[in-house]
Amino acid sequence: MFSFIFKRLLQSVVVMLTVALIAFAMFRFVGDPINNMVGQDTSQADREALAEALGLNDPFIVQFGRFALNAAEGDFGFSYKYRQPVSKLILERLAATLELSFVAAVLTLAIGIPAGVYTALKSKGLLSKGIMTLSLVGVSLPTFLIGILLILLFGVILRWLPTFGRGEVVALGWWTTGFLTASGLKSLILPSITLALFQMTLIMRLVRAEMLEVMRTDFIKFARARGLPDRAVHFRHALKNTLVPVITITGLQLGSLIAFAIITESVFQWPGMGLLFIQAVADVDIPIMAAYLVLIAFFFVVINMIVDILYYAVDPRLRVDNA
Amino acid sequence: MKLRTGLLAATMAAAIAVAAPAQAKTFKYAFQGDLSSLDPHSLNESFLLATLGNVYEGLVLYGPNLEIMPGLAEEWKLLTPTTWEFKLRKGVKFHGGQDFTADDVIFSWQRTLSEGSDQKVRGGQIKNITKVDDHTIVVETPAPNPILVQDLPYLLIMDKEWSEENGATNATSAAGDNTGNYANLNANGTGPFMVESHKADVKTVFKKNEDYWKDIDGNVTEVEFTPIKEAPTRVAALISGELHMVYPVPVQDWERLDKAEGVKALTGPEARTIFIGFDQGRDELLYSNIKGKNPFKDQRVRAAFVHAVDLEAIKEKIMRGAATPTGLLAAPQINGFVESLNTPYAYDPEKSKALLAEAGYPDGFEVTLDCPNNRYVNDEKICQAVTSMLAKVGVKVDLLAQPKSKYFGKVLSTSGYDTSFYLLGWTPGSMDVENVLSSLIVCQDPENKKGMFNLGNYCNAKVDELTAAIGSETDQEKRNAMIAEAFKIVKDEVGYMPIHQQPLSWGVSDGAEVNQRADNGLDYRYVTVK
Repeated sequence: MFSFIFKRLLQSVVVMLTVALIAFAMFRFVGDPINNMVGQDTSQADREALAEALGLNDPFIVQFGRFALNAAEGDFGFSYKYRQPVSKLILERLAATLELSFVAAVLTLAIGIPAGVYTALKSKGLLSKGIMTLSLVGVSLPTFLIGILLILLFGVILRWLPTFGRGEVVALGWWTTGFLTASGLKSLILPSITLALFQMTLIMRLVRAEMLEVMRTDFIKFARARGLPDRAVHFRHALKNTLVPVITITGLQLGSLIAFAIITESVFQWPGMGLLFIQAVADVDIPIMAAYLVLIAFFFVVINMIVDILYYAVDPRLRVDNA
Repeated sequence: MKLRTGLLAATMAAAIAVAAPAQAKTFKYAFQGDLSSLDPHSLNESFLLATLGNVYEGLVLYGPNLEIMPGLAEEWKLLTPTTWEFKLRKGVKFHGGQDFTADDVIFSWQRTLSEGSDQKVRGGQIKNITKVDDHTIVVETPAPNPILVQDLPYLLIMDKEWSEENGATNATSAAGDNTGNYANLNANGTGPFMVESHKADVKTVFKKNEDYWKDIDGNVTEVEFTPIKEAPTRVAALISGELHMVYPVPVQDWERLDKAEGVKALTGPEARTIFIGFDQGRDELLYSNIKGKNPFKDQRVRAAFVHAVDLEAIKEKIMRGAATPTGLLAAPQINGFVESLNTPYAYDPEKSKALLAEAGYPDGFEVTLDCPNNRYVNDEKICQAVTSMLAKVGVKVDLLAQPKSKYFGKVLSTSGYDTSFYLLGWTPGSMDVENVLSSLIVCQDPENKKGMFNLGNYCNAKVDELTAAIGSETDQEKRNAMIAEAFKIVKDEVGYMPIHQQPLSWGVSDGAEVNQRADNGLDYRYVTVK
């Protein structure tokens, strides 16, 4: 187990380096950072001096090398725009993104799995058909549209919920949380639903398909023949056997929830990392872009590792094979 | 029991009602961009300076209509053509309690010239400042400069003592060692508002400075600023009643605001002029099918282009009637504006075709138009309209619309003016026409930092001579005559294709009153919340 985790962490370094290398190769096509960093009256000599001081005139491989060496020491440099350390900026935003992704993930599982089970068991019921139709909407509508529709309905027309931001937050050390105030919790509702909707429908459809599959297998028939009650058949035997692929997908989707919170964050002006990143792209704030991409790569590697470990826990056969 | 509770509730309600007038008046608003720094010398950008103008002040201030008003200086006079005397205001204190004196002015001026400062252009207008006493200074300029005070509202004054104590004597640099400067995240000015809290790109809260040296018109005690990047979110936040004001509002959303209850669109002409420029410098255009010569060097071709574009149609169809078509590169709010030259070139496609034929291009030619798509109001749509209008006279325009970082990375001096035909907007930082002439119209001269935004290198020796004279002429009448002469030459030679002054577009709830300044700046001094 130990050597497995160690190997995975080594791999993560390679993944992060690759992501950073590709990112640096692309940054030259994003535009000119200097023009966003100075006013219109700033002389050309000053602009050139600034580009030189930032090392923007170096070949990208040199810029990449410098970034990788500093990053290895935990130094991600200073944001061009905010003139503050990138690590501090990202850390400030991390809490917002993680809280949003966490709530979205809970919603996804708490609604997606039961709905999947229900539609599999009562596949001919009216409610099931209704849920399936709704889930099509969730899969096919783009996130920003869902976000704007929710804002329009609950923020502008009904005025029940705030349309943007995180509300009041409480600081716990460096972590800020919106869970402890009424406005913070209210602010979470629309963005988390927007972010969760696609994943929710995905998980629901996956659970439903797996469940239908498992229900046809011999051991379920056998369980029924033994006269076990429906509840035990459905939940103890069938559901447990559908979980392996669900865990894989959920794990991967959790990474996507964090990474693709970008759109939800910018629709709701949610002050998370995604918003910071999208703003950095517009401003060509290279240090923020680089650090963010590397961090997301790291998240994906770690989540994949946890998923692999969970396999061992859920599926005894894997343990036997590797013993 | 019930009666008592009722009575208690009634008493409490009455108490709250009585207490209400003394309660905080909070004004909440959103802008599309963020206050990237609190350091007044870090970035020469209009939003940052206009916003920090509520916290820090210059020797002079902008009034509600961009007029110059006394600020930290009570009065000033010209001693010799190159020296000015300023009498500083007495009894002014910084937010931290420090006294405002001549030393602070000298310190702040030196700070604008420090490593990392983006205000070197403003600071460079001054050669030396000598302290006569604590409240009198003599300012020396490198050459006679009649419009020195025009450049001073945004030369914001910091406290020397505070800056030295906190190691912030140099401006916050975008590169180098002093990033993370104390003044980047903290402020100590003399203005009517103090920074209560600041979280970059999330929220900034300002609180009224009760010890401000002057009574202000507005009644707000607290201001909450949030950047909201996405326009639909911004507009929704206004209509839902969460904010008192948002800007900019997309022109196409005005109708929606008018229909919604309790909010309205507040519009007016901005001091920014949108125009199109031609590469007249190169012997062959970089992006055209005409080889061996540059058609834009021919005045008839430039004239053909300006007569082919229907500014009224752009105004009506793209700007919802809210733009002001113009014939000049300087707006009416700019000091030195020449009313008589502001009539746009006439829309006359027949004349345009005739001119093209006369110049030897009866079937037109091809050229690429560089255009930003997220910098000015409806910038890409304007370019599309120009493209189709030019197509009607036979010119095939290839439109290259890009985000501003890509666009400016291509067309500006740092990339060697890599363009043949481009759309640009300009508000002079000094609000004076001299800046328009020396940035957009005089020949490119990198050594003397002239003509840096004259991307197409329009060049006329007489105009250069006049511009130099305008820069140092102290007699207003003579100066105005020279300004008119210079602009007339540019207009007659069709140096540029002016399009319009773009509209300011703010969304304001009925619960607040604000003053819309033509540089798109919001001054909290004039904000009233009901």
